[in-house]
Amino acid sequence: MLRTLLQGLRTPVTESAPLAMLAADLDRAVQRRLGRSLAIREVDAGSCNGCELEIHALNNAYYDLERFGLRFVASPRHADVLLVTGPVTRNMREALERTWRATPDPKWVVAAGDCAAGCGVFADSPACIGAVSKVVPVDLVISGCPPTPAQLLQGLLALLNAR
Amino acid sequence: MSRYCSDDRWVMTAVDATYWQQATRAIAAGDATLLSLWGEPGRIHMAVFDNAIVVISLDCPNGLYPSVGASHPPAIRLERAARDLFGLDPVGLPDARPWLDHGANPTAYPFLPVEGESLHQIPVGPVHAGVIEPGHFRFTADGETVVRLEQRLGYVHKGIDRLMHGATVARAARLAGRTSGDSTVAYALAFVSAVEMALGIAPPPRAVWLRGVMAELERVANHLGDFGAICNDAAFTIMLAHCGMLREGVLRCAAECFGHRLMMDCVVPGGVAADLAGDAPIRTLIDAIRARFPALVDLYDKTASLQDRTVGTGRVSAELARQFAAGGIVGRASGRDFDARRSIPYPPYDQLHFEVPVLHEGDVNARVWIRIKEIEQSLSMLEQMLNALPTGDIRVACEPHRSAEGVAMTEAFRGDVLVWLRIDEAGHIDRCHMRDASWFQWPLLEAAIEGNIVADFPLCNKSFNCSYSGHDL
Repeated sequence: MLRTLLQGLRTPVTESAPLAMLAADLDRAVQRRLGRSLAIREVDAGSCNGCELEIHALNNAYYDLERFGLRFVASPRHADVLLVTGPVTRNMREALERTWRATPDPKWVVAAGDCAAGCGVFADSPACIGAVSKVVPVDLVISGCPPTPAQLLQGLLALLNAR
Repeated sequence: MSRYCSDDRWVMTAVDATYWQQATRAIAAGDATLLSLWGEPGRIHMAVFDNAIVVISLDCPNGLYPSVGASHPPAIRLERAARDLFGLDPVGLPDARPWLDHGANPTAYPFLPVEGESLHQIPVGPVHAGVIEPGHFRFTADGETVVRLEQRLGYVHKGIDRLMHGATVARAARLAGRTSGDSTVAYALAFVSAVEMALGIAPPPRAVWLRGVMAELERVANHLGDFGAICNDAAFTIMLAHCGMLREGVLRCAAECFGHRLMMDCVVPGGVAADLAGDAPIRTLIDAIRARFPALVDLYDKTASLQDRTVGTGRVSAELARQFAAGGIVGRASGRDFDARRSIPYPPYDQLHFEVPVLHEGDVNARVWIRIKEIEQSLSMLEQMLNALPTGDIRVACEPHRSAEGVAMTEAFRGDVLVWLRIDEAGHIDRCHMRDASWFQWPLLEAAIEGNIVADFPLCNKSFNCSYSGHDL
């Protein structure tokens, strides 16, 4: 049984093309800017959970986010980046603001997904504040509904290069 | 009592207060099952399962109606939500606190009082440590043992009911598909089925079967993800790694076949958005999962340290599962033999051969095994559907031009999704209510964790995997 399992792992599944160039770029950018790591705290501020599924996928063996030194952390106190999803709901506004305040400087905010970018299909709802930028300053927007893992990786690279 | 719409599976009818109370008594006595309760300005509705699904509606011009929750606790949160959203006051409701409406001062919520020696409280959330949705859990613990969990939800309330009002059917379908992203196919399917029932439209056979293919791909993807994540919460990370790869394979197959990894907006009113060019990617996927998955199941079954965490943990009694009409995995792991695909059969499932696995232990382990067995069933169903896929059109026109009501239920990966809607004379959605299985599963999580240690909560929670967004609307 163990052999069957290990066989599954024998050929590396971690993506080369079309992510190869992206991976190399990301790697260089992270190294240059941050030495070895960038800590990301994910905040769902009203998402339908579609974005969360694709953010989760960044951790699978195909994308393997951690090889770039990018990793998800459990507390905003440990984070360099807040990766925020969803249209910010009225009920999540305070929690998002508090999370942002709890994140030490220097910090960057990435609004991931069409809802975080501009409220998406939930625009005009009285229960939503709207885009993340209406609540906290946003450094980068990654669009998509939801953005694919490759788009998320591309976005994080853009953030590193823009800083 | 006037019956104004019915087919062999559904009855919709207006009732008076006396009938409403009779129905409430039947539900509380266990003679019928409460499926949902929702409001609209001046009127309250409930859906009851009694061989068929009966939707009863009570006019309440003064905003008052007899509480169902007063004698049937599973209705309490639904009644609190209907009051928040539509100002309808359930007379006799034992819990007067708001539910989805957090008001101007969200921290002022009065949690239930706790008394007792050496008890301490642990507040968790709404922002959690992992990449998950927001909600607040208030644990009261005696040392390591949880004596009470109280949930507070509503953080991702997006006002979907309000947005539905006046929306075109096409826009409303997109909203329905974003009620709970992990169940986008099941939601879109329930919504368009209700629309098609209301308008008397029959989607082409090929579209019906392709919807089935998408629904089962969605189920397999989610069950694989959950299987890995549950084991990961018991510190068995290799399962997450393997299941993560299998899940990614399903999503890539979905993107290749239908144009979107999660298949959002692929189920549309009148049919499906895109045809399946060839079934080779799905057949390859089925073979790949069949080649890898049994070894993972074997590993799960033979790893004592893993079993030690899952067996006997987070038990839900059969009685509670029945009373709360817990759908999906949670219900079927606790002896409740209900699956919308078989209990209220809808095409193409009425033409497929499949089993509905039911277990009785009600613990984390049972919920894992239900998922394992359902993955096997879904793979078989996918094969059956590919082998018998009808040819022909994939979409018919779906332009509403008259007022009508419709209702539908589909089986999402976590349980049944109920959608009731009314279309107005202009062909727009007048009111649409969507009830996620989580409404009746969340309260059982409060019961399941009692007497367990705090450290087992993530494991219990993941074994339920309730939707926050689907619940908060």
